[in-house]
Amino acid sequence: MSNSELLLLALTLPLAGAIGIVLTDRWPNIRETITLVCAATLGLLVITIVQRFQAGESIALSLLEVVPGLAIRFEIEPLGMLFALVAGLLWFVTSVYAIGYMRGHHEVNQTRFYAAFAIAISSTMGAAFAGNLFTLFLCYEILTLSTYPLVTHADTPEAKRGGRVYLGILLGTSIGLQLLAIIATWMITGTLDFRHGGILAGKVDPMWSAVLLALFVFGVGKAAVMPFHRWLPAAMVAPTPVSALLHAVAVVKAGVFTILKIVVYIFGIDFITQSNAADWLIWFAAGTILIASLVAMTKDNLKARLAYSTVSQLSYIVLGALLASQLGIIGGAMHIAMHAFAKITLFFAAGAILVAAHKTEISQLDGLGRAMPITFGAFLIGSLSIIGMPLFGGMWSKWYLAMATVETQHWVLLGVLIISTLLNIAYLLPIPLRAFFAKPPEGKTYNKIKEAPVASLIAIVITATACLVLFFYPDPFYQLAVAAAKGN
Amino acid sequence: MIDQHVSLLLVVIPLLAAPFVAVLPGRHLAWLATQIITAICFALAIYQLLQVLQGGIISYELGGWAPPWGIEYRIDAANALLAVIIAGIAAITAPYSLASVQREIPQHQHSLFYASFLLCITGLLGISLTGDIFNLFVFLEISSLSSYALISMGKQRQALTAAYQYLIMGTIGATFFLIGVGLLYAQTGTLNMADLAARLPEVIQLRTVHTAFGFILVGVALKLALFPLHLWLPNAYTFAPSVVTIFLAATATKVAVYVMLRLNLTIFSSDFVLKTPANEIFLTLGIIGIIVASATAIIQKDAKRLLAYSSVAQIGYMIIGLGFASIAGLTATLVHIFNHAIMKAALFMAIGAIFYRIGSSRLDDLTGLGRQMPWTFGALIIGGLSLIGVPGTAGFISKWYLVIAALEQDNWLATIAILGGSLLAVIYVWKLVEVLYFKVATSERQDVREAPLLLLVPTWVIALSNIYFGFDTTWTVGVAQTAIKMLGMS
Repeated sequence: MSNSELLLLALTLPLAGAIGIVLTDRWPNIRETITLVCAATLGLLVITIVQRFQAGESIALSLLEVVPGLAIRFEIEPLGMLFALVAGLLWFVTSVYAIGYMRGHHEVNQTRFYAAFAIAISSTMGAAFAGNLFTLFLCYEILTLSTYPLVTHADTPEAKRGGRVYLGILLGTSIGLQLLAIIATWMITGTLDFRHGGILAGKVDPMWSAVLLALFVFGVGKAAVMPFHRWLPAAMVAPTPVSALLHAVAVVKAGVFTILKIVVYIFGIDFITQSNAADWLIWFAAGTILIASLVAMTKDNLKARLAYSTVSQLSYIVLGALLASQLGIIGGAMHIAMHAFAKITLFFAAGAILVAAHKTEISQLDGLGRAMPITFGAFLIGSLSIIGMPLFGGMWSKWYLAMATVETQHWVLLGVLIISTLLNIAYLLPIPLRAFFAKPPEGKTYNKIKEAPVASLIAIVITATACLVLFFYPDPFYQLAVAAAKGN
Repeated sequence: MIDQHVSLLLVVIPLLAAPFVAVLPGRHLAWLATQIITAICFALAIYQLLQVLQGGIISYELGGWAPPWGIEYRIDAANALLAVIIAGIAAITAPYSLASVQREIPQHQHSLFYASFLLCITGLLGISLTGDIFNLFVFLEISSLSSYALISMGKQRQALTAAYQYLIMGTIGATFFLIGVGLLYAQTGTLNMADLAARLPEVIQLRTVHTAFGFILVGVALKLALFPLHLWLPNAYTFAPSVVTIFLAATATKVAVYVMLRLNLTIFSSDFVLKTPANEIFLTLGIIGIIVASATAIIQKDAKRLLAYSSVAQIGYMIIGLGFASIAGLTATLVHIFNHAIMKAALFMAIGAIFYRIGSSRLDDLTGLGRQMPWTFGALIIGGLSLIGVPGTAGFISKWYLVIAALEQDNWLATIAILGGSLLAVIYVWKLVEVLYFKVATSERQDVREAPLLLLVPTWVIALSNIYFGFDTTWTVGVAQTAIKMLGMS
């Protein structure tokens, strides 16, 4: 199969899957088989593409020109490859998990759920492989819209409110700010292609470049830089598999990925350094890291705490991008992968606790660890990886981010990273520790509670193991991150 | 032979057919005739557009009398495109009307309804094709009178007051227009547009000409429902039969925008217009109109009325593009004329399908029906997304060119209004979505079923065209740019 056919297949396979899912509405087993087969095939496809890409082949696909000069075009470059690899691999794991979860939790509207999920993955792939800013924007918006029915899955007034915030902020920022920035870029440069070193250098004066960068950073609402972060906690009304894959991996990472792409390929890191465009924006990222961590500490609801933790971690990547140094880009890009594996483990565990023990609040978890050792063991591993302990993959990205602050002599930002790590410990570690070591409330024993359905458990173990493996073998992601930063 | 007479046939066929249709007996004959005639018109309009694109401007002398003595039909890409929109929307509403009209209009009025419908098409096509300003007034009256009749056939009694309101406002508009035309004729002695354009520069200093321009401007502004002269529109769209709302919302105001464009660019030169405050007025009223009408749409309690206010806001977009008086701005106006026609047609068709089932478009009555009518609901969502301007839909292309035109002139106020209007559109479109999907249907509406195929197929054709024209813009942007070249903008 030729390279462009391979690319087209990776984009359309999930869509075909969505159609198949809708058609097999009445036969749940066949429907779930389609999901699994598509997800597994996509995983293999992405791995094949990585191999060809690493072998130095160029993989691109032009579909059609909407307006002269404005084409729908896909082209693989290291950053997108990294993002596609993370999303493609985790779709399969999440599908396995979701089947256990949705059946264990007796959810309604499962067909709509799986179909919308597949469309969301397709648009995630599109965003990852986008060859210009227009295509990226198109896929970004499809991703927003296709995840809306997932957020409002429960059809309750609460879900409706969550969906309103979700759509309002994501569409509002993208149309109000991002589209404006894209059109301005188009008018200044006459192109929206991604080029290493950027397309804006020498065409805008420093003051306007700062404004433009701000429009992009806040316009990409999915990156959840404060004050546009409210949608993420609101989206937690969604079923846990959605929170796990979409709101810890695909959707939010599509956001920070977009910012990385814009910094590297639209502005160019040299231009950002020269024009000081990011000088004041970077404090929004730093502020988000700290404030979101502090808010996370106050949340007793497990998913809400994880949501704010995600907000905080996303700004690590934004920070890495805005530092505009090679090490920062490497750190940011690696954090896309490392945080994805760790956070999805935490969400999987949160869902398993809900399905098996029907508990949503952290204060109810005392003593539950002995009844669900695998789940809480995985939770511990995920937490440690997010904190950035050695032996876990999360260490590497934090390492490079810290190095980047040292390299650019942003000592205060280094302090922010250190304080945030301490906050991570404070809000994540107590959860598994309480579960394992605290005594259950008076008169309660957890004899009847067993682990979550096997399918879910398998998924948890896979992602938790991945957190460990990535410490010893971060190479696939590291190489792509370096290639993205250096531009070869 | 037909080759040469296409432009005339476009007007004559529906005109001659109307009296025959009016006396056709039986339940379906009148509909069938309308269906056939609109299809023929659509084919002719497309043929005409292709001819213009290949061979340049068509000039047709009515009855063989050479202009400026005889009436001339002068067709460039702009009005050829407009004719395609009018005939196309008519052809797609015709199959829709079979079921919808049977439900909403008493049996004995069917023939009259279809006759008025054909007359309305005649009028609108005539306005777009003619090169004679008095002839334009005649067609304006034909289309207006027939639309008063059409609106008054609405099921509710308020339709009568709505039609009456429109009649008064429309007549004032037409009178203003006619006074302006009279003044121009007094000053130049000609009614042919090309001739007027040639003679006006000599007398352009005269106050009479400025007065004429002012009168015509206000007259047309009333017809196109430019804020704050839009007061007739919400009632007319709300209480008219669904088919009429679909057709008028998609074509009538657009034709008036076209007249404004023709007035500014062909009859009066853009040099003249630049010396008057017209462009500033367009920009100011457009911006205020977008914001105020969108905000008003949000608080409406009736789906048709909500969409009607949205139409007023969308007219603001077209007028802003005109006010920029730049190539990008005019491209945006022409493209949005086309795109708004298909998005509003899709939306009103979807609401019309619901109206067909439950006989109401009040939001309180629509609760939960999105679940029971998933296909109608799907088309409504596509139309809504296009209205918002999500990429991948036709609406996005309009927004793209509008924002470019605004940024070109560093007009930040307009930029904010254009994008802010999109955000307000998110709110009112999602208000519909939430009512249709998240609320529970009342007990007596539990058994409402999906709309019949006769309604669904046209609705989906037009909904999918919103997506198609979001990706392929050769027929919208491409034609618009050719049109602007032909209009002599550079």
